[in-house]
Amino acid sequence: MPSIKRHKFKLSSEQLLEMLYWLKLIRSFDERLSILVRQGLVRSGVYSGIGQEAIVVGTCYGLRTEDYICPLHRDLGTFLIKGVPAGVMMAQMYGKATGLSKGRDSALHSGVPELGIFGNTSMLGANAPVGAGLALTFKLEQSDNIVLVYFGEGASNTGDVHEAMNFAAVHKLPLVFICENNIYSYSTPIEKSMAIEDVADRADAYGFDGVAINGNDVLAVYQATQGAIARARAGEGPTLVECKTYRWHGHSEHDKPFYRTADEEAVWKSRDPLPTFTSYLRGQGVLTDDILQGIDQRIRTEIDAAVAFAESSPEPSPEDAATDLYA
Amino acid sequence: MSHELTYLEAIREALVEEMRRDDKVFVLGEDVGAYGGAFGATKGLYDEFGEYRCLDTPISESCIIGVSVGAALRGYRPVAEMQFGDFITCGFDQIVNQAATLRYRYGGRAACPLVVRAPVGGNVAGGLYHSQNPESWFVHRPGLKVVAPGTAWDAKGLLKAAIRDDNPVIYLEHKYLYRRAKGPVPEGDEIVPIGKAAIRREGRNATLVTYGAMVMPALEAADRMAGEGVETEGIDLRSLAPWDKEAVFASLDKTNRVVVVHEDVKTLGMGAEISAAIMEERFDKLDAPVMRVTYPDAHCPFSSVLEQHNLPNADKITEALRRLVAY
Repeated sequence: MPSIKRHKFKLSSEQLLEMLYWLKLIRSFDERLSILVRQGLVRSGVYSGIGQEAIVVGTCYGLRTEDYICPLHRDLGTFLIKGVPAGVMMAQMYGKATGLSKGRDSALHSGVPELGIFGNTSMLGANAPVGAGLALTFKLEQSDNIVLVYFGEGASNTGDVHEAMNFAAVHKLPLVFICENNIYSYSTPIEKSMAIEDVADRADAYGFDGVAINGNDVLAVYQATQGAIARARAGEGPTLVECKTYRWHGHSEHDKPFYRTADEEAVWKSRDPLPTFTSYLRGQGVLTDDILQGIDQRIRTEIDAAVAFAESSPEPSPEDAATDLYA
Repeated sequence: MSHELTYLEAIREALVEEMRRDDKVFVLGEDVGAYGGAFGATKGLYDEFGEYRCLDTPISESCIIGVSVGAALRGYRPVAEMQFGDFITCGFDQIVNQAATLRYRYGGRAACPLVVRAPVGGNVAGGLYHSQNPESWFVHRPGLKVVAPGTAWDAKGLLKAAIRDDNPVIYLEHKYLYRRAKGPVPEGDEIVPIGKAAIRREGRNATLVTYGAMVMPALEAADRMAGEGVETEGIDLRSLAPWDKEAVFASLDKTNRVVVVHEDVKTLGMGAEISAAIMEERFDKLDAPVMRVTYPDAHCPFSSVLEQHNLPNADKITEALRRLVAY
């Protein structure tokens, strides 16, 4: 596998704490969603990203508004970092009129053009060619904006992902492919869907660099992504960053992941990205108990407010069920 | 002012004029570049507009359409060529799940102005994978518009309308007509509005509803019936989604008899839809059942002996008209 030059970066204490805030906010959002599903208050498909937050934060932190992201179903946090208010995202999950889709669909199937967010469909991998199209326009405009396309190790088997990688390579598009390898496609383990160990190896076949990294280490993800982004902004074409990780919950909140062993889950939970980063920040003298309490308090307030906003938001109007079909 | 062009030249003229008018319009597809397209529709565009406005793509139909969706989201107006309409199946997901749903799931906050040009139809000894008529697949999906020009004039005017439309438009150009349909084409900026049928022939005894390559044999059949004292009104739908119900109903109110002709197979084709709409809303106007002359529910064989047996033609349409008026 070709190696990617280690990207040097320097983050201020404020920035590091901001990353911690995002990690914790996204974790709390997902945890609350999980409870709301069990309470029957949220009935949509909820695809928890718990355990994978380091990828969301490490890839999205510091993006420009104009940069485009094409996240996948587990990346609710990317919408938050890119600027969608937590209340609007919660309303989206409730199917309320104030959600991005106005009740037409839940989950992450909506998008926000002015914030550079493309909402995926449930056909996993299908966002990759769209990302290539977005990146093509940046190339045509000679801008140095970039696109991040996310997909899982499962979707890396789809034709769309391969077609998009090939197309992006041919045209040296400003595109970074982020593979969230969490070992399972729904219940199917990686060894039943791929004969290779690293998705990153696939980049080589298309003529660009791929790198496999620890997806539970937010700074490792940030470093690798920033390196890839720098190359993309400089017109050097796409990169594949494979983030090795694990999803703690089932494929969706309705799935009890009986197909996994308790041992396996325990191993991965011991690699929780949050405590790792928290102790790192403490070690650096950046984080104190007071600051941590402050962050936690802020997040509790924000999540409560988001739920309250969603709960009190109006249901969609029935007459809106068949509007917005045509421009 | 008009000039004489073939159907294929009319398509090319529309592309050139639209690309000159709006630099957000670009074409992409297999062999569309310096080669000028498998049928020559994009000849000269590469020289005039360069490789990124006349973009040769890999054999990756899903990627071609996905890239178009991404570009459309950023305000471009991509015109994607499927080398043969049959190959559109490889991009089906990007059309029906991605492009068609985009505005709806975005809560009306985005548009997807792309055109997919698809050379369709038989009677060219193309065999199973170069002769299909895929209109029903797309007419069936809300969020898409579908047009099917039957004359050179409409080929140009409808393509201009499709490019300027803010919705995904499936533009079905019939291969049989490329060089066989020749006629006046307006010079300059005349568009044919999507959703408006053309009355090709006035009549009071029966109504023929058709489109695409069936317009010519249908009008020939109408001429023959005139010799038998039956005046047939000939309606060329031009647009299939939306289709001009008003024009069809107005004609039915006058003639009380309708036959629908299409080259697509019978089951759930346009004929089924038009017939059902008439049953629902104009049953009391009918003096005879709505009849259909279509391709049978079969594949398109290579042997012209077999294909001609399947294809609707002036004889079969004349026979249907005779049964219709004798009912």
